[in-house]
Amino acid sequence: MAGPMKMRATILGGNTEVRVLITHPMTTVQPLHFIQNVTVKHNGRTVVESEISQAVSRNPVFSFRLKGGAKGDRIEVSWLDNKGESNKIESAVA
Amino acid sequence: MDTIRRSLAAALGVLLVKPLAALAAWNNQAFGAKSAADALKSLGASTPAPSKEIAIEAPQIAENGAVVPIEITSHLPGTTSIAVLIEKNPFPLAGKFDFKEGALPFVKLNVKMGESSDVRVIAVAGGRHYVATKEIKVTIGGCGG
Repeated sequence: MAGPMKMRATILGGNTEVRVLITHPMTTVQPLHFIQNVTVKHNGRTVVESEISQAVSRNPVFSFRLKGGAKGDRIEVSWLDNKGESNKIESAVA
Repeated sequence: MDTIRRSLAAALGVLLVKPLAALAAWNNQAFGAKSAADALKSLGASTPAPSKEIAIEAPQIAENGAVVPIEITSHLPGTTSIAVLIEKNPFPLAGKFDFKEGALPFVKLNVKMGESSDVRVIAVAGGRHYVATKEIKVTIGGCGG
Protein backbone atom coordinates (compact mmCIF):
# COMPACT_ATOMS: atom_id res chain seq x y z
CA MET A 1 0.00 0.00 0.00
CA ALA A 2 1.27 3.41 -0.88
CA GLY A 3 1.68 5.19 2.44
CA PRO A 4 1.68 8.94 3.01
CA MET A 5 4.68 11.14 2.23
CA LYS A 6 5.91 14.37 3.76
CA MET A 7 8.20 16.90 2.15
CA ARG A 8 9.80 20.20 2.99
CA ALA A 9 11.73 22.28 0.47
CA THR A 10 13.51 25.40 1.67
CA ILE A 11 16.12 27.83 0.40
CA LEU A 12 19.39 27.26 2.23
CA GLY A 13 22.52 29.21 1.32
CA GLY A 14 21.16 30.07 -2.12
CA ASN A 15 20.28 26.47 -2.97
CA THR A 16 17.16 24.42 -2.43
CA GLU A 17 17.24 21.79 0.29
CA VAL A 18 14.64 19.05 -0.16
CA ARG A 19 13.81 16.72 2.72
CA VAL A 20 11.33 13.95 2.06
CA LEU A 21 9.85 11.26 4.29
CA ILE A 22 8.26 8.19 2.74
CA THR A 23 6.08 5.72 4.63
CA HIS A 24 7.19 2.29 3.45
CA PRO A 25 8.03 -1.05 5.18
CA MET A 26 11.31 -1.60 3.22
CA THR A 27 11.32 -5.25 4.27
CA THR A 28 14.60 -7.18 4.28
CA VAL A 29 12.91 -10.55 4.93
CA GLN A 30 10.71 -12.43 2.43
CA PRO A 31 8.50 -11.38 0.85
CA LEU A 32 10.78 -8.50 -0.07
CA HIS A 33 8.89 -5.25 -0.36
CA PHE A 34 11.06 -2.21 -0.94
CA ILE A 35 11.32 0.96 -2.96
CA GLN A 36 13.58 0.67 -6.01
CA ASN A 37 13.36 4.13 -7.56
CA VAL A 38 13.15 7.65 -6.18
CA THR A 39 12.93 10.62 -8.55
CA VAL A 40 13.13 14.35 -7.81
CA LYS A 41 11.74 16.98 -10.18
CA HIS A 42 12.30 20.73 -10.03
CA ASN A 43 9.61 22.70 -11.89
CA GLY A 44 8.81 19.55 -13.88
CA ARG A 45 12.42 18.78 -14.82
CA THR A 46 14.04 15.60 -13.51
CA VAL A 47 17.10 16.52 -11.42
CA VAL A 48 17.78 13.37 -9.37
CA GLU A 49 17.13 9.78 -10.39
CA SER A 50 17.99 7.06 -7.92
CA GLU A 51 17.94 3.30 -7.56
CA ILE A 52 17.88 1.94 -4.00
CA SER A 53 17.81 -1.45 -2.28
CA GLN A 54 16.16 -3.06 0.75
CA ALA A 55 19.19 -1.79 2.74
CA VAL A 56 17.54 1.63 2.99
CA SER A 57 15.84 1.93 6.39
CA ARG A 58 12.10 1.53 6.96
CA ASN A 59 10.15 4.76 6.35
CA PRO A 60 12.98 6.28 4.30
CA VAL A 61 14.06 9.87 4.78
CA PHE A 62 16.15 11.51 2.06
CA SER A 63 17.73 14.93 1.71
CA PHE A 64 18.72 16.33 -1.67
CA ARG A 65 20.16 19.70 -2.72
CA LEU A 66 19.20 21.52 -5.89
CA LYS A 67 21.17 24.37 -7.46
CA GLY A 68 19.56 27.75 -6.91
CA GLY A 69 15.80 27.76 -6.83
CA ALA A 70 13.30 30.30 -5.58
CA LYS A 71 10.31 30.49 -3.30
CA GLY A 72 7.28 28.99 -5.02
CA ASP A 73 9.26 26.63 -7.29
CA ARG A 74 7.51 23.27 -7.63
CA ILE A 75 9.33 20.26 -6.22
CA GLU A 76 8.03 16.75 -6.83
CA VAL A 77 9.37 13.52 -5.35
CA SER A 78 8.04 10.18 -6.54
CA TRP A 79 8.87 6.56 -5.76
CA LEU A 80 8.24 3.13 -7.25
CA ASP A 81 8.67 -0.17 -5.40
CA ASN A 82 9.39 -3.77 -6.42
CA LYS A 83 5.66 -4.58 -6.44
CA GLY A 84 4.90 -1.78 -8.87
CA GLU A 85 3.31 0.41 -6.18
CA SER A 86 4.14 4.09 -6.31
CA ASN A 87 3.37 7.46 -4.81
CA LYS A 88 4.41 11.06 -5.19
CA ILE A 89 4.24 14.38 -3.39
CA GLU A 90 4.50 17.89 -4.75
CA SER A 91 4.97 21.13 -2.90
CA ALA A 92 6.30 24.62 -3.33
CA VAL A 93 9.67 25.81 -2.07
CA ALA A 94 9.05 27.79 1.13
CA MET B 1 -14.64 -21.22 -27.19
CA ASP B 2 -11.57 -20.29 -29.14
CA THR B 3 -12.49 -16.61 -28.90
CA ILE B 4 -12.94 -16.88 -25.14
CA ARG B 5 -9.62 -18.59 -24.82
CA ARG B 6 -7.96 -15.93 -26.94
CA SER B 7 -9.41 -13.00 -25.04
CA LEU B 8 -8.58 -14.69 -21.74
CA ALA B 9 -4.99 -15.12 -22.89
CA ALA B 10 -4.91 -11.49 -23.99
CA ALA B 11 -6.24 -10.33 -20.62
CA LEU B 12 -3.67 -12.44 -18.81
CA GLY B 13 -1.00 -11.08 -21.07
CA VAL B 14 -1.95 -7.53 -20.11
CA LEU B 15 -1.88 -8.47 -16.42
CA LEU B 16 1.56 -10.00 -16.74
CA VAL B 17 3.12 -7.37 -18.95
CA LYS B 18 1.74 -4.22 -17.34
CA PRO B 19 3.46 -4.32 -13.92
CA LEU B 20 6.77 -5.12 -15.60
CA ALA B 21 6.42 -2.26 -18.05
CA ALA B 22 5.65 0.12 -15.18
CA LEU B 23 8.97 -0.60 -13.49
CA ALA B 24 11.72 1.96 -14.05
CA ALA B 25 15.42 1.17 -14.41
CA TRP B 26 16.88 -0.89 -11.59
CA ASN B 27 20.29 -2.54 -11.89
CA ASN B 28 19.38 -6.12 -10.95
CA GLN B 29 22.91 -7.37 -11.36
CA ALA B 30 24.58 -4.69 -9.23
CA PHE B 31 21.95 -4.88 -6.46
CA GLY B 32 22.00 -8.69 -6.55
CA ALA B 33 25.79 -8.84 -6.15
CA LYS B 34 26.88 -10.49 -2.90
CA SER B 35 30.29 -8.83 -2.68
CA ALA B 36 31.30 -5.20 -3.01
CA ALA B 37 33.79 -6.21 -5.73
CA ASP B 38 31.05 -7.82 -7.83
CA ALA B 39 28.70 -4.87 -7.28
CA LEU B 40 31.46 -2.48 -8.38
CA LYS B 41 32.09 -4.59 -11.48
CA SER B 42 28.38 -4.41 -12.35
CA LEU B 43 28.52 -0.64 -11.94
CA GLY B 44 31.49 -0.50 -14.30
CA ALA B 45 33.66 0.76 -11.43
CA SER B 46 36.10 -2.09 -10.77
CA THR B 47 39.11 0.11 -9.97
CA PRO B 48 37.96 3.47 -8.61
CA ALA B 49 40.66 5.97 -7.64
CA PRO B 50 40.76 6.95 -3.94
CA SER B 51 39.65 10.55 -3.42
CA LYS B 52 39.56 12.93 -0.46
CA GLU B 53 37.02 15.05 -2.33
CA ILE B 54 34.16 12.77 -1.31
CA ALA B 55 32.90 13.60 2.18
CA ILE B 56 31.07 10.92 4.16
CA GLU B 57 29.35 12.13 7.34
CA ALA B 58 28.22 9.26 9.51
CA PRO B 59 28.48 8.20 13.13
CA GLN B 60 31.65 6.25 14.01
CA ILE B 61 29.53 4.05 16.22
CA ALA B 62 25.90 3.39 15.30
CA GLU B 63 23.91 2.03 18.22
CA ASN B 64 21.07 0.84 16.01
CA GLY B 65 22.02 -0.85 12.75
CA ALA B 66 18.44 -0.49 11.50
CA VAL B 67 18.82 3.27 11.05
CA VAL B 68 22.32 4.54 10.27
CA PRO B 69 22.33 8.08 8.91
CA ILE B 70 24.84 8.75 6.13
CA GLU B 71 25.40 12.12 4.48
CA ILE B 72 27.48 12.29 1.31
CA THR B 73 28.86 15.30 -0.53
CA SER B 74 31.11 15.08 -3.57
CA HIS B 75 33.43 18.03 -4.10
CA LEU B 76 34.71 16.51 -7.35
CA PRO B 77 33.83 18.89 -10.21
CA GLY B 78 31.31 17.43 -12.63
CA THR B 79 30.03 14.69 -10.32
CA THR B 80 27.12 12.94 -12.02
CA SER B 81 26.53 9.95 -9.75
CA ILE B 82 27.06 8.68 -6.20
CA ALA B 83 26.73 5.03 -5.13
CA VAL B 84 26.74 3.70 -1.55
CA LEU B 85 28.06 0.23 -0.75
CA ILE B 86 28.03 -1.40 2.68
CA GLU B 87 30.86 -3.89 2.40
CA LYS B 88 29.55 -6.50 4.88
CA ASN B 89 25.83 -6.38 4.10
CA PRO B 90 24.51 -9.52 2.34
CA PHE B 91 23.91 -7.33 -0.73
CA PRO B 92 26.44 -4.46 -0.44
CA LEU B 93 24.95 -1.96 -2.89
CA ALA B 94 22.43 0.19 -0.98
CA GLY B 95 21.76 2.92 -3.51
CA LYS B 96 22.87 4.82 -6.58
CA PHE B 97 21.95 8.46 -7.10
CA ASP B 98 22.25 10.14 -10.49
CA PHE B 99 22.45 13.92 -10.48
CA LYS B 100 21.27 15.78 -13.57
CA GLU B 101 21.81 19.43 -14.43
CA GLY B 102 20.25 21.39 -11.57
CA ALA B 103 21.11 19.00 -8.74
CA LEU B 104 24.09 19.21 -6.38
CA PRO B 105 26.02 15.96 -5.76
CA PHE B 106 24.69 15.54 -2.24
CA VAL B 107 22.45 12.99 -0.60
CA LYS B 108 21.48 12.09 2.93
CA LEU B 109 19.82 8.78 3.70
CA ASN B 110 19.33 6.19 6.42
CA VAL B 111 20.59 2.67 5.82
CA LYS B 112 20.50 -0.72 7.53
CA MET B 113 23.77 -2.36 8.55
CA GLY B 114 23.91 -5.99 9.65
CA GLU B 115 27.26 -5.55 11.41
CA SER B 116 30.24 -3.18 11.67
CA SER B 117 31.51 -2.51 8.17
CA ASP B 118 33.38 -0.28 5.81
CA VAL B 119 31.02 1.94 3.85
CA ARG B 120 32.29 2.78 0.39
CA VAL B 121 31.05 5.72 -1.62
CA ILE B 122 31.72 5.71 -5.34
CA ALA B 123 31.43 8.97 -7.24
CA VAL B 124 31.45 9.35 -11.00
CA ALA B 125 32.98 12.61 -12.20
CA GLY B 126 34.04 13.40 -15.73
CA GLY B 127 33.33 9.77 -16.62
CA ARG B 128 35.90 8.50 -14.06
CA HIS B 129 35.22 6.57 -10.86
CA TYR B 130 36.44 7.68 -7.43
CA VAL B 131 36.04 6.11 -4.00
CA ALA B 132 36.06 7.14 -0.35
CA THR B 133 35.66 4.76 2.57
CA LYS B 134 34.48 5.16 6.15
CA GLU B 135 34.22 2.49 8.80
CA ILE B 136 31.03 2.44 10.85
CA LYS B 137 30.81 0.28 13.95
CA VAL B 138 27.39 -1.14 14.73
CA THR B 139 26.32 -2.14 18.23
CA ILE B 140 23.07 -3.92 17.30
CA GLY B 141 22.70 -5.17 13.70
CA GLY B 142 19.67 -4.03 11.75
CA CYS B 143 18.91 -6.37 8.89
CA GLY B 144 16.16 -8.41 10.55
CA GLY B 145 13.22 -6.19 9.53
